[in-house]
Amino acid sequence: MSAEPDGPEGRVRRLTTIWSRAVYPVTSTSLTRAEFEELLLPLAHRLSRALRARSFDAGEARAVGAALVEAHGTDPEVLARTLDCVDAYLVLYCGDDSPQDQLRMRSSRLQHAMAAGYAQALRERTRAEQECIAQAALRAQGVVAEALHASEARFRAVFEGAAIGIGIADLDGNVLQVNGALQRMFGVSETTMRGRKVRDWTHPEDAPQTWRLYEELVRGERDHYHVEKAFHRTDGTALWTNLTVSLLRDADGAPQYQLALMEDTTERRLLHLRLRYEATHDALTGLPNRTLFFERLEKALAAGEGQRFGLCYLDLDGFKAINDSLGHAAGDRLLVEVADRLQSCTTAPGEMVARLGGDEFVALTTGRDTERGVEELAERITHALLTPVGIDGRDLLVRGSLGIVEGPAGERTAAEVLRSADITMYRAKSAGGNRAELADPEADARAITRHGLTTALPSALERGEFFIEYQPLVHLGDGTVSGAEALVRWLHPQHGVLGPDRFIPLAEHTGLIVPLGRWVLEESIRQARAWREKTAGPLRINVNLSPCQLTHPGLVQDTVDILERAGVTPDALCLEVTESALIGADDGLLKPLRRLAEMGVDIALDDFGTGYSNLANLRRLPVSVLKLDRSFTQGMQQYPADPVDLKIVEGVVSLAHSLDLAVTVEGVETSAQADQLRLLGCDTAQGWYYARPGPPEQLHTLALADATS
Amino acid sequence: MERPAWAPRSIDISVPSVSRMYDYYLGGSHNFEVDREAARKAMEFLPGLPKIMQANRAFLRRAVRFAAEQGIDQYLDVGSGIPTFGNVHEIAQAARPGARVVYVDHDPVAVAHSEAVLAGNEDAGVVAADLRKPREILTSPEVARLIDLDRPVALLLVAVLHFLEDADEPHRAVAELRAALAPGSLLILTHASYEGIPLPEERAEGAVDVYRDIRNPLVMRPRDEIARFFDGFELLDPGLVHLPNWRPESAREDEDDFAFSGFAGVGRTA
Repeated sequence: MSAEPDGPEGRVRRLTTIWSRAVYPVTSTSLTRAEFEELLLPLAHRLSRALRARSFDAGEARAVGAALVEAHGTDPEVLARTLDCVDAYLVLYCGDDSPQDQLRMRSSRLQHAMAAGYAQALRERTRAEQECIAQAALRAQGVVAEALHASEARFRAVFEGAAIGIGIADLDGNVLQVNGALQRMFGVSETTMRGRKVRDWTHPEDAPQTWRLYEELVRGERDHYHVEKAFHRTDGTALWTNLTVSLLRDADGAPQYQLALMEDTTERRLLHLRLRYEATHDALTGLPNRTLFFERLEKALAAGEGQRFGLCYLDLDGFKAINDSLGHAAGDRLLVEVADRLQSCTTAPGEMVARLGGDEFVALTTGRDTERGVEELAERITHALLTPVGIDGRDLLVRGSLGIVEGPAGERTAAEVLRSADITMYRAKSAGGNRAELADPEADARAITRHGLTTALPSALERGEFFIEYQPLVHLGDGTVSGAEALVRWLHPQHGVLGPDRFIPLAEHTGLIVPLGRWVLEESIRQARAWREKTAGPLRINVNLSPCQLTHPGLVQDTVDILERAGVTPDALCLEVTESALIGADDGLLKPLRRLAEMGVDIALDDFGTGYSNLANLRRLPVSVLKLDRSFTQGMQQYPADPVDLKIVEGVVSLAHSLDLAVTVEGVETSAQADQLRLLGCDTAQGWYYARPGPPEQLHTLALADATS
Repeated sequence: MERPAWAPRSIDISVPSVSRMYDYYLGGSHNFEVDREAARKAMEFLPGLPKIMQANRAFLRRAVRFAAEQGIDQYLDVGSGIPTFGNVHEIAQAARPGARVVYVDHDPVAVAHSEAVLAGNEDAGVVAADLRKPREILTSPEVARLIDLDRPVALLLVAVLHFLEDADEPHRAVAELRAALAPGSLLILTHASYEGIPLPEERAEGAVDVYRDIRNPLVMRPRDEIARFFDGFELLDPGLVHLPNWRPESAREDEDDFAFSGFAGVGRTA
């Protein structure tokens, strides 16, 4: 707006500039001062007009005052400076030619009205803003309260609807609130629960740390703990729970409440107990089973110094026969009765009886004096089995073999102890049964070695750990070597050279005797051929045949094959069969021997005179040689010889020769023996007097020496 | 039943609020005695606080007008506080009718008041959210309704970043917001600093202590740290300067000495 500087417009502008300069610094407007001045200009005009108006118009002045508030001049200093400015310059710049005092009077009245207008506007604005912010605060609180309400409702629903029991108590243990699940678990109402104190909920089955953890929590030293805990229900039953207790702190971290979350594990626990019982007890007799027995035995063996254990291992004799003849139901009833009787034998603390399986039972006693205790226990068991068991109207005698082991804790493992008991029980059994035996470390060791050898046999054959020694057979007539007996040896990696008595019975037992026997036959025949190639005379090889091999269907074919492969005639072979193996032999058993004999293989009857041979039977056997047992020749070692032995040998030789059988004697150790036997008419002899069993070369040398002499 | 310890805490108007204190500095009555008491205490140490706030408002006005001149018609004002006068939507909609504005604040009273003020204004909205969680701002329904993030936006962080402590990772928050902005967007920022206050720092610290006591710590940052908020933005002329020096429209003699406290700047995304 352009104006003459000294014209009315210019003068109002000057007033406005002065006014804005005075007031601008005390306003809080975001306008620039120039913009603010433009805001004031119309106000200045209004004041200017009001000054000169014919009649005084308070409304105009009030409006100008209010406009200052509107322009964010809310600081009262704005009014003070405005009034200063109006008082000093309004009449000066905007007055007309009216009398000065009249103009000044009008200016004063305008100022009064402006002040009133400003104050009223400021009061209105302040009230409005205060109202406005108070409303905003209320609404904001409403929003939060609503959110809080929703959140509380949600938590309430979680609390009430939770399947887990929830309880809140203060730190003195007063129960403040519990949810429905917890009430149902305890079977009481919330009111009853609220009257309770946490401390009242002790239970005899509480773990030792349960209440220590609780105290630590309420003292604020622990934020939570987890235990398995039982509670008394009002109906007298126990409620088992998985209990987690947490400490709730206030905003400043001070402990405030305790929160208990509990899960009802009663059913699960019962199931667990039942499963545990089933897993550790024998279903038939209700006795503890092998699992539980081993747990107890291990515990007994882990007991401290001075603690001992005693164990009776019982196996019923002839139980299989009862099962087979009377049926399994009867067998089971017998086992139940035996279990009951055994149970009545173990009444003292530290004693238990268990069924290991089948007809095997075990009784355990523990403590400091089990040396005496286990003997008494064995006596009680033996005594308890004396009375016959009545089943299906019959009285069954119960016989059992007992193996007893006793010793200090901490030396052996449970498996070692049980093995010792087992071995000992078998000793009782092989001694005839129905008796008790005490464990003996040496007997155990033997049994263990035997077991070890048995298991090592098959791989020993594969690894070539067997070898053969030969003992010469000497013709008594001219002292020439007529043949040799093949004797198998085992070069065991740990035990050294083992004789056949150590392993042949084991091989018989496991059936390994068949491949082993075949190997011995092959090896011996191979050796026989080697000898035959080197010397002119026919050398014969004697090979032992075990009872097991005798019944093996491949015997004849195997022997033929071996002879043919080696290109050796059957007359180079003599098979030795023990007298005992042929006692009571029927035609079926003799048939393969007969076949072999027909082919030209000699059959010798070994260990003759030890069994109770039916002499008449000798005629029936396809035998061409009798080997007299060494027991007959022992009496001839000294001089003069035992006359009875002489008579017997003489008789046997005479009998043999009358049946066309040659006689070989074993165990010849002195020249006196040799002379005597020659006089008695024996055909061939073997023994240390001639040579001990040795490598094939030894025999070769012997034969050559013999040939050249 | 007592209020459970896990329930949210209610609004406590017995605790001073920085937005209501700001209103008080500007001569408003949108405040309670607790706010006024705290503000008066701060003013004992820094009597020029009202002038600083006024300069801050004046800068806001100039910057929004500048943004409008640049063609920007969407505004996201984070930390908007209590709307008093010269609000962004008034300035922006005066310059460009139909300009859209979203105010964001985490003070529930400020949000409730803003809602009342903006009632009936279809082109403006309020979001209750916290600058510390930019994702909540960007995914809010009001932002979705009013702001097209595919077009340039003016992001206003006026007198708000100094209420975020370093542990709140304010630079990360700004970077996260920037990542959501279309090219050509503007960052309009002011921040408190000891630099420029016409008083010894020890004295100004008294005011900072007041804010710490009301659990709304005021973090005074040096200029270079404030400049880092513009990482990823092109800082526009005249750069990061004291409030009245940003594209001034008034003569120097019209400015109070306190108006030169703190820094202001505008940047643009590439």
